[in-house]
Amino acid sequence: MSTTATREQIEQRVFEALEEFGAEPEEIGPDAEFEALDVDSLDLVELAQIVEDEYGVQLKGEDMEGVRTVRQAVDLVVSKLP
Amino acid sequence: MNGRPDGSALVTGASRGIGAAIAKALARDGWPVGVNYRKDAEGAEAVVAEITGAGGRALALQGDVADPETAERLFGTLEGEFGPVLVLVNNAGVRADALSPQIADEDWQKVIDTNLSAAFRLTRRALRPMIRARYGRVVNIASIVGQRANPGQANYAASKAGLVALTKTVAAEVAKRGVTVNAVAPGLIETEMTDGVGEKLLEHVPARRAGTPDEVAECVRFLTTDGAAYVTGVCLTVDGGLTA
Repeated sequence: MSTTATREQIEQRVFEALEEFGAEPEEIGPDAEFEALDVDSLDLVELAQIVEDEYGVQLKGEDMEGVRTVRQAVDLVVSKLP
Repeated sequence: MNGRPDGSALVTGASRGIGAAIAKALARDGWPVGVNYRKDAEGAEAVVAEITGAGGRALALQGDVADPETAERLFGTLEGEFGPVLVLVNNAGVRADALSPQIADEDWQKVIDTNLSAAFRLTRRALRPMIRARYGRVVNIASIVGQRANPGQANYAASKAGLVALTKTVAAEVAKRGVTVNAVAPGLIETEMTDGVGEKLLEHVPARRAGTPDEVAECVRFLTTDGAAYVTGVCLTVDGGLTA
């Protein structure tokens, strides 16, 4: 767990996770919408677990409400860094 | 081991009866096992001693699963000792039998808390690491009473039927991550918990005998194996034909 993660590192980690979930690499970017990437609610649960394990950021269900794009997700994680 | 990830198994209510048999069966399959108990430390230690004596690994874990704080503590301890919990068996259960007009609120709540709400909380805690591991086995111990009326057990029956509904729903939610969620519904099994309830039922059991904890444990063990990877969301009845 790192407390010195930069925004760029977090974004890169999110990109990797999305690729692992099956999103097309060339479609992954800050403005990509999860729905368009075919990333579903279970994928977002796993993403929440990844950021908790690796950055110590706890994301609850209500935190994720309204998060539609990769950028919004990264912003949310950055705002909650310990 | 068949290439399954390294991890551990947690069995709640494992100091005696069906839970103890399940803990021993999983240990024989190579899982390090957390043997949870509420009050019977001696029983849990005996289960641990039997497992370790046979070359397995086990740890007695005290905790009342009805307490919402317990899940985190059990998982934290087991993860620290044996690695991620990849098998969860929600076996802990209580009875507080009475005809419905005589079930007190606290006896309703106690049974629902232990048999159903605790299983939900433990499952919730178990799932995210299982999802990341792309492997997980959750087995909930239900009861045929959840499927077939047994007067005097409205609270118990409701909790067990709820457990089956929980099983099916969660199974569908996490199936694509290699996590299976199933239930096993024992019928009349020889344990302390069923003392005094069996005699009149026995004549209705086509097998003409009560089952043993080991016979239930063997079904649970099967559901935790790689061979059962495509079995999810089912309730496997183990009742000598009683509900056939």
